[in-house]
Amino acid sequence: MILPFFVIIPLGTAFLISLFGKRIKNLSDLLANLGTLSLLIFSLYSIPQVFVHKILVYKVGGWIPPIGICMVLDGLTSFMLVTVNLVSFLVTLYSVNYMERYTDKHRFYTLFMLMLAGMNGIIITGDLFNLFVFLEIASIASYALVAFGTEAEELEASFKYAVMGSVASSFILLGIALLYSYTSTLNMADISLSLSGKPAGMMVSFVAVLFLAGFGLKTALVPFHAWLPDAHPSAPAPISAMLSGVFIKTLGIYALCRVFFNILTVSSRLLFVLIVLGMISMVVGAFLAIAQTDIKRMFAYSSISQIGYIIFALGIGTPLAILGGLFHLFNHAVFKSLLFLNSGAIEYSTHTRNLNRLGGLSRSLPVTGYTSLLGSMAISGIPPLGGFWSKLIIIIAAIQAGYFVSSVVAILISILTLAYYLKFLKFTFFGKINEARQNIREAPGLMKLSMILLGIICVISGLLIAPLFKPFLQSAVNVLLLGNGYKEAVFGALR
Amino acid sequence: MSEYILCFVLFCIGLYCVLRKRNIIKIIIGLGIIEYAVNLFFVLIGYRAHGRAPILAKDQAILNMVDPLPQALVLTSIVIGLAVTALLVAIAIRIYEKYGTFDITKIRRLRG
Repeated sequence: MILPFFVIIPLGTAFLISLFGKRIKNLSDLLANLGTLSLLIFSLYSIPQVFVHKILVYKVGGWIPPIGICMVLDGLTSFMLVTVNLVSFLVTLYSVNYMERYTDKHRFYTLFMLMLAGMNGIIITGDLFNLFVFLEIASIASYALVAFGTEAEELEASFKYAVMGSVASSFILLGIALLYSYTSTLNMADISLSLSGKPAGMMVSFVAVLFLAGFGLKTALVPFHAWLPDAHPSAPAPISAMLSGVFIKTLGIYALCRVFFNILTVSSRLLFVLIVLGMISMVVGAFLAIAQTDIKRMFAYSSISQIGYIIFALGIGTPLAILGGLFHLFNHAVFKSLLFLNSGAIEYSTHTRNLNRLGGLSRSLPVTGYTSLLGSMAISGIPPLGGFWSKLIIIIAAIQAGYFVSSVVAILISILTLAYYLKFLKFTFFGKINEARQNIREAPGLMKLSMILLGIICVISGLLIAPLFKPFLQSAVNVLLLGNGYKEAVFGALR
Repeated sequence: MSEYILCFVLFCIGLYCVLRKRNIIKIIIGLGIIEYAVNLFFVLIGYRAHGRAPILAKDQAILNMVDPLPQALVLTSIVIGLAVTALLVAIAIRIYEKYGTFDITKIRRLRG
């Protein structure tokens, strides 16, 4: 059974690094990279497992659910695990050189591994309270990581983020408490079973609204977005890449999807709320991004905008739209982490992130320049890169479902995205070079390697909808389309 | 019923404290109040009038027992709350070192 290893490996690595990391030099680098590499291998191994068994259920401590806690591996889980662990492996590879600027590298890796344990736990758990616990592990580690530099701005951002995050967690816990009082169980499949036997009432809608507020705050949908543009740029670049790339997707979108589609099976009226929130995020994020002069702040607003696309697609709820949404989730994880790593490489060489003080870097930083070009083109949807296909699918699905105005807005925002990424490229890599920066040096090898690998994935990620690889994405979509049938799948696997 | 409503009132007091107070220490206290409101609500769900602990023993039939699961969950939740509060207080101390104030309106270097 491979399921518990997704939590055991990062927790164990965090423990070992915090014990021995300070005494033995380079051990923390080695352990962290080995840990994330093994997680990546395990998550890739989970893909054929899902194809053979459809769904795998692991009983923690041998207790039979719904009495004990269970871990569930299905298509969506395996898809999210691959996304998270792929990005986290490349990010740890990057951190080896980048984090030399900070003291206490082993503490960084400890917190990083704890955050990873929390995220993998959220994805793999089959129990609602267990999800809350893992969510808090990931959140607390991320609050500390945002404040890792302990400069004034970082502390301020971290405080803001921690307060908002704790309020969100309280909303989620209140939702879980109400759901427990209504169904007297905490197992996700069992809650779904219990709810299907009860008449539809106000309770489920109220719980859904509480979850929407809680997970929406974690996802940074627009009315709840105020913390993200402060927190993501303030963190060290690898952490920005993790937070924007996979963190908000795991804690926000994945948890929201699982609860809304598989447990509560919400009505189409609530899904319409998702469409509206997605649209607002898309538009507001893009307009705020244009005006920014700080590179990372621009990327953070761009994250809000792209998350809007994903939520919009999931709100439409047709099979094609969900396919597009999940495909865009994967693409966004890849290119947004690439762009944040690029911003880190620029800061590493030039010690500034202000667009007005940069320029003409393409000659001295060729690798960063070309990978940024790839990332920017992919996110703004230039064919044949991955981002184009996912946006195309979302827009086609919106037109098919009859949301004409929304699809026009989505296309216009896509053009706006291109505009602000061109601004980023022009102000950073083209134009006249600053005299003082004539002989700057590019980032060291491992940083380059991880950027190049992410750039390659950016180019080939369009292949995920090719017939050969489509079953991987389709099996994730099927889980969400299954809706209420999730409980039969889980209980069927237990028998 | 009134105890549930009082829980929600407590929750709203905490939320008011977080949203309206300027001192960051008071905001942290407000977060604590929110957590306690939710924990209290969770424990009350499992409460039965004149119930007792559900400990299985020989020749004893317990007719009216309290649900033990929420109590176990609330213990976990309290520990999580402790971790969050400790982290927040640590950050607040560092903020005071950097800015020399606890007033949230004066801690504004990030904007946009």
